[in-house]
Amino acid sequence: MNRTGLWIRTGVIVAIMLIGIYLVFGPRHTPSASDFTWAGIKNNLASNINLGLDLKGGSHLVMRVKTEEYLRRLTENNEAAAVQALKDAKDDSGNPLGVTAEGSTVAENGNYTVNLTLSDPSKAQAAVDAIKKKVDFANWTESTSGNQISFDLPKQQQANLKDSATEQAYRIIDSRINAFGVKEPLLQRQGSKDSGLILLQMPGVENPERVKELVKGESRLELMKIVSPPNPTPVQTYPTKEAALATIGGKETDTRKVLPYTERDDSPSINANTAQDKKPTKFVVVESPAVVDGSELRDAAAIQGRGGSDYQISFSFKPSGAQKFGDWTGKNIGNYMAVVLNDEVKSAAYIKSQIFDTGEISGKFQKQSADDLALTLKSGALPAGIEYQEERTVGPSLGADSIRAGVSASIGGLILVVLFMLFYYRGSGINAVVALALNMLLTIAALVMIGSTLTLPGIAGLILGIGMAVDSNVLIFERIREELRLGYSVPEAISIGFDRAFVTIIDTHITTIISSVILYMTGSSAIKGFAVTLILGLVINLFTAVFVSRTIFNWELSLKPNRERMSI
Amino acid sequence: MFNLFQNINIDWLGKRKGFIAFSCFIMLAGLVSTIGRQYTPGGTDAFNLGVDFKGGTVVTAKFKQRPSDDDLRAALNKTGINDPVIQSSTDKPDEALIKIPLIEGNSEDGNTAAQVQAGRQTVKQALDTFGAEAGDASLADSPDAAYKIVGTDSVGAVAGSKLRNQAVTATLFGLVGILLFIAFRYDWTYAVGAVLAVFHDVLMVVAFFSVFQWEINLTVIAALLTIVGFSVNDSIVIFDRVRENLQENRTDSLYSITNHSINQTLSRTIITSGLVLLSVLALVLFGGEVLKSFSLALLVGVILGTYSTIAIASPIAIWWQNKLGDSRVKEVLAPQKGEKLASSSRRSVTRRPVTR
Repeated sequence: MNRTGLWIRTGVIVAIMLIGIYLVFGPRHTPSASDFTWAGIKNNLASNINLGLDLKGGSHLVMRVKTEEYLRRLTENNEAAAVQALKDAKDDSGNPLGVTAEGSTVAENGNYTVNLTLSDPSKAQAAVDAIKKKVDFANWTESTSGNQISFDLPKQQQANLKDSATEQAYRIIDSRINAFGVKEPLLQRQGSKDSGLILLQMPGVENPERVKELVKGESRLELMKIVSPPNPTPVQTYPTKEAALATIGGKETDTRKVLPYTERDDSPSINANTAQDKKPTKFVVVESPAVVDGSELRDAAAIQGRGGSDYQISFSFKPSGAQKFGDWTGKNIGNYMAVVLNDEVKSAAYIKSQIFDTGEISGKFQKQSADDLALTLKSGALPAGIEYQEERTVGPSLGADSIRAGVSASIGGLILVVLFMLFYYRGSGINAVVALALNMLLTIAALVMIGSTLTLPGIAGLILGIGMAVDSNVLIFERIREELRLGYSVPEAISIGFDRAFVTIIDTHITTIISSVILYMTGSSAIKGFAVTLILGLVINLFTAVFVSRTIFNWELSLKPNRERMSI
Repeated sequence: MFNLFQNINIDWLGKRKGFIAFSCFIMLAGLVSTIGRQYTPGGTDAFNLGVDFKGGTVVTAKFKQRPSDDDLRAALNKTGINDPVIQSSTDKPDEALIKIPLIEGNSEDGNTAAQVQAGRQTVKQALDTFGAEAGDASLADSPDAAYKIVGTDSVGAVAGSKLRNQAVTATLFGLVGILLFIAFRYDWTYAVGAVLAVFHDVLMVVAFFSVFQWEINLTVIAALLTIVGFSVNDSIVIFDRVRENLQENRTDSLYSITNHSINQTLSRTIITSGLVLLSVLALVLFGGEVLKSFSLALLVGVILGTYSTIAIASPIAIWWQNKLGDSRVKEVLAPQKGEKLASSSRRSVTRRPVTR
């Protein structure tokens, strides 16, 4: 090969090497003198490489939106609405339609069906029309036989609804964690569209309990009328649930419900579930449905109570809610109203005058729980409950230990490899060492360039990549030795050795790249991390072990054309 | 020139029965171990699955004064955890790994979602009997604290089985990809040989994990994938040599050509494996507790990967070709397949600046 060609090759290598050095060690700002000190280089290195949570510390949460719960609720609501729609239905001339229905629902094993049994089979078609006018059954499969009407939710629609419920939950969670102020959170949906899985990663968060509660907080706020004689008689409460139920005929009805009433709640948690051991002392009967509910909220905030240390939550309504609330309070002056949070009465007060758009949840909240409650109220209600499927936290010290162990082991291994190569292949060993060093530099540079995250499995991929880089060098050198033994001259042996070994190297690399690409496509995030570093390492190795190493050999030949022996 | 393993002439294929018997013996031991353990009542499970795949919680706690294992166990028993596994970290005496199984689900839909929620809290509750936990500050900065939870891994049953399935399907699809590529570049017989060798390696490593009850977690899967890559790499190096030798020498039997190819590449095989083994040994020795399962899997796998190429992949490729007809072996391999084989090596011939 002539000198010009060699210079071009060398130029390419040096250029790529400089880019690599810049990507790995270079500052992402205007360079200053401090960037060239040891500490500055270390700083830049740390900020350039995107370490995974397992190395840097933080919380990794996989949660699932209980989409089947969402579909069940949807089915039940539609059933109730359909029964109601028939009750209210009028025929063309404005007279009552005169048909009623008994409803039931199926919501299990992936089947969601509303079944209605009509009182009068002859009016089945009219009933279906009346129901469909009021209730959204557009995407449901309808079938009628005799006095039976059923609406079934097809699988495809179930998947779509699950997808949209997950999306809705995703948005709500997003607004919650942003409002909470988690630093650099990563929130993304996982798995198939209807799997309901959402991943939340929070770097640096060691104890995720508060965020976990906040994310899954199902704060349902309702304002309801209490069945009680009006003020100045004190609000009517009952000491036991049974006593309360006795006044409404022994069981809850569509219009009357019994709710527990905790007058002064100092539960430190924002979630009613965890406060279960605090038995409420009293019960009240309320009118259902609620006057207004949380969906009408415009804002909520924690404010300090008059007493000093306690907190309460003030809220305000959107215009539509304010209108409803204003109308109702105007008509109910003197009556008692309950502020109900998650089916628990938080406060009961009589209505002094017409109120339009603001209210308060009183109670002995601590600042933190009041803040969190206000936040979950404001962000809206989740479409369905959330359950955690996976929780991993890594303290920064544990992550640092993993890095230290992984890195020191890799460096230890690398030193042994380098020593062996220099000992066994002598002069050509230097060749291999240069190629290896460049391979490591460029692999990390490529990781930085594509913005990929380095995780523990990623380090494993890096190690395998380096192993294959060493292997490529060994393959080439052994082949050159073999050709020399067969009596070829030094330039011939190098040329044949590279060409022959190249075929093998290509085959081994492509095989591994193929399987890594498949791993990347089908594997979980840990496996993906492994696949990415391995693919990068292999592609780069084709450049370093073949192109770079060959260039160095060619330089040696070019400088000393007539050598008869080589150091290998 | 400093040379090892020169002019070696070992009849590898002649020893295939011994090799295969050895492999069968190890796999049988693995099988006995898995089945025996699985069906022995009250004994250990077939595999020591980590929380990644089985579900459960592992809490890593750092103590100022580390309580004894018995004290820890007693405290955990009091909070209702019956069989916690407590491990010490070899390199960090003040830390303890506390592993608790899935707490049976009591949520309304009968799944174990409550586990992930409850795992850390239950352990914390037990540890609080030794003193307060350091909050967001580090343990050293909190004079009143006795311990600090520095890491948790909590996986529900659903997520565990999902991760397990994902790992298995990913590996299987990866193997299919390898199979197709080798079949395309070489021949079906080689592809099957290489893939069976890989299967053999994975099964053997898994057998080791069952017999010695090493914990299988996500890092072990990464190690298995590494082994797969390594083993296939080894097989291809030898196959490549066989193909090349077949082109240049059409008179010798496939048997002796394969033997010759294995011997020719032996120095490379041993040097590469030796070097990788050195790195892995460094990982076993200095890699610490977190990487322990990973390093052990690699250590076993690297040795097996090399062994299986010689002992499994090559004999299977040859055995199958013999099945195709002893007399036809040469025809099948040289002239008919010759087109494809020749085309790939012709490329290397034309690239070659010096001819013989």
